[in-house]
Amino acid sequence: MKIKTLLMGAAATAMFAGVATAKDLTVVSWGGAYTKSQVEAYHKPWMAKTGKSITSEDYNGGMAEIKAQVEADNVTWDLVDVELSQAISGCDEGLLETIDHSILPAAPDGTAATDDFLPGTLFDCAVANIVWSTIFAYDESVMGDNKPTTIADFFDTKKFPGKRGLRKNPKANLEMALVADGVPSDQVYDVLATPEGIDRAFAKLDTLKADAVWWEAGAQPPQLLADGEVVMTTAYNGRIFNAVASEGQDFAIVWDAQIYDLDLWVIPKGSPNKEAAMDFLAFSTATEQLAAQASWISYGPARASSAALVGSFHNNPDLAMAPQMPTAPNNFGTAIQNDFEFWADNQDELNERFNTWLAN
Amino acid sequence: MAPSILKIFSKSAMTNTSADYTAPLTAADGTPLKKKLRQALFRSRVRALGLVVPLLILIIMAFLIPIVMFLGRGVLEPKSDSFSTYMLNISPILQEWDGNTPPTEAMYAALVADLVQTRADKTIGKVATRINRELSGTRSLFTSSGRKAKSLQAPFSESLPALKKKWGDIETWRAMKVVSKRFTMAYLASAVDLKVNYDGSVQRKGEDRRIHMKLLGRTLQISIIVTIMGVILGYPIAFLLSTLSVRTSNLLLILVLLPFWTSLLVRTTAWIAVLQGQGVLNDLFVVFGLATDDDRFSLIYNKTGTLISMTHILLPFMVLPLYSVMKTIPPTYVRAAKSMGATPWTAFWRVYFPQSIPGIGAGGILVFILAISFYITPALVGGQSGTMISNIIDFHMRSSLNWSLAAALGFVLLVIVLFLYWLYDRIVGIDNMKLG
Repeated sequence: MKIKTLLMGAAATAMFAGVATAKDLTVVSWGGAYTKSQVEAYHKPWMAKTGKSITSEDYNGGMAEIKAQVEADNVTWDLVDVELSQAISGCDEGLLETIDHSILPAAPDGTAATDDFLPGTLFDCAVANIVWSTIFAYDESVMGDNKPTTIADFFDTKKFPGKRGLRKNPKANLEMALVADGVPSDQVYDVLATPEGIDRAFAKLDTLKADAVWWEAGAQPPQLLADGEVVMTTAYNGRIFNAVASEGQDFAIVWDAQIYDLDLWVIPKGSPNKEAAMDFLAFSTATEQLAAQASWISYGPARASSAALVGSFHNNPDLAMAPQMPTAPNNFGTAIQNDFEFWADNQDELNERFNTWLAN
Repeated sequence: MAPSILKIFSKSAMTNTSADYTAPLTAADGTPLKKKLRQALFRSRVRALGLVVPLLILIIMAFLIPIVMFLGRGVLEPKSDSFSTYMLNISPILQEWDGNTPPTEAMYAALVADLVQTRADKTIGKVATRINRELSGTRSLFTSSGRKAKSLQAPFSESLPALKKKWGDIETWRAMKVVSKRFTMAYLASAVDLKVNYDGSVQRKGEDRRIHMKLLGRTLQISIIVTIMGVILGYPIAFLLSTLSVRTSNLLLILVLLPFWTSLLVRTTAWIAVLQGQGVLNDLFVVFGLATDDDRFSLIYNKTGTLISMTHILLPFMVLPLYSVMKTIPPTYVRAAKSMGATPWTAFWRVYFPQSIPGIGAGGILVFILAISFYITPALVGGQSGTMISNIIDFHMRSSLNWSLAAALGFVLLVIVLFLYWLYDRIVGIDNMKLG
């Protein structure tokens, strides 16, 4: 079944290759409210400025499609929004174009781009645009007077009975389990690097297993909360924010032990519109554009100079965006940065173990 | 039966010809009739072949060759993914190495040369990805050592372990020995929860990593239950349809076909709405007092959810073959049996049921083979206890990018299906299957 789908996909890609090249640029991102924020803040101004057109496509993460396109020498995606782990491994495997950082525009006050971007957000093959975070959230309207405030509360099914939504992936779950078990957030990866640490994390996850509802796509957790299917769920902070700001849901975010990560632009190797892609990349990661995106969704801009320009939500002047960001001082106290190196090294083994743990 | 009659007929015709005439019969233009006939038959055969050639080419090009090539990945890594393609110096040495004696200075030097080269070629990521599948934690060992390899000084057997302690560990070298061959049984072994060691011996994986056999077992179990449920639910429907008047049965047939025309995704999502904790069915249970409001049934995101929605989705594939077979069973047989004193049950069981078996066979095989490769439905409603082997294959295709393991798992699944098909042929007989 899979092979057939692949072949059909390959055939379809081949057939539409001619059509795709007629477009000036194909930009691929994660869909939903997130893609909308990029269309509003990046695509529309760039199209107005250059007179070129952009085709926006959605995908669900992973390097599979890029790998397939590059290996078949038939690249139809020009610019892709990826997670850090994908950006690094894709670059190591030669699937991505290297990006010359000198094309990135300087900040309005003249600070060079390489100094303006937050530390650890510029890479050989990738330029970060936002900081996003995995947090947990609950529905205010159904939660009693006693509200959860720490990650330990998320794992405490006695104090807060009910189902929990969790991402079907060891990432973030293992880190949160350890913090809930008493590991300080700055030592999480040191503990996780030992076999005992992994056992400890899985043992803590065991306590939630009977109550767990597993989600895979970012749009699912707000839905699970809205349906009353779970009492609390881990989620990407922007999705919860969007459900609150745009759909009037009464959700609350708990920032304790949030795990933050980057989304970055990459250009698949052999993109036919490389020049336009580079131009768009430089345009969209300018200070103003990153700040503009932050008025559509609560993901933090990757440039220091953007922070001062972050205003209020696009259709609600009373809703200031700055306190909603993962990087806001009130939210950032116990934050953990997703350790790419750890996951690149251990994901094969931990995925296998996690899947086995799930199946038993 | 038909071909054998023809044969006898033609044989007697030929005997007659040779007996009555000494010279062979000729056509109007003088060529012997036999030759003419052969030519005519050949032409019609070519025409018939011409009609199927496009489909044949399509099947071979778009189905058979890619499947064989992809399954080949399970034992022979593609050049572009293989350790030995990039680590040119060390790979041949590793294959000679016995895996027990400590690595020599020459081996260290070859390794450092390869690290420098792959770093320059930007292929070290591929090498690191490959070795990391064999031994967890070696990815960063390769990438970070690659960055510094250029500045290392001889003797490398001292400077490399000084850079990263793991280089002095013989396990690292053994893992490299295992991955240094393109032709490998490692993926197939991994697909059945085994591990191939550096010396070729095989052992079971650790208990917390044995997942594939468990999922294969579960996949078979779910497929069998879905097939049996399909027979139990589909048989009465098909029976009813075949006995009603054409007008009514056509109308009811549309009800069977209606979900068939609806997208798989829509039907699965509809089941989520029906079965979830706050869903329609649980609400009804609460209204009728079968469940309390805070203790509702878990009907979805588990095996129950997978079974219910898969049975529903696959039911038409059972009903349609059954219906078309039942339609051909003359109702007079059952009437005759009854008139000769059989009870309704005996008449059904001894006369009607045996004639409907080809329909059960066809429907059963269809449903079972579709069920065994289902992955969208279990992915959406399966939760942790209702996922199947195809979900793991999907995971390795899209997320981990371990296509060789995906191919090996697909191969195991294919072998199981072929074995069951063979078993079916032995027990029931494939000729017994009828689609209409």
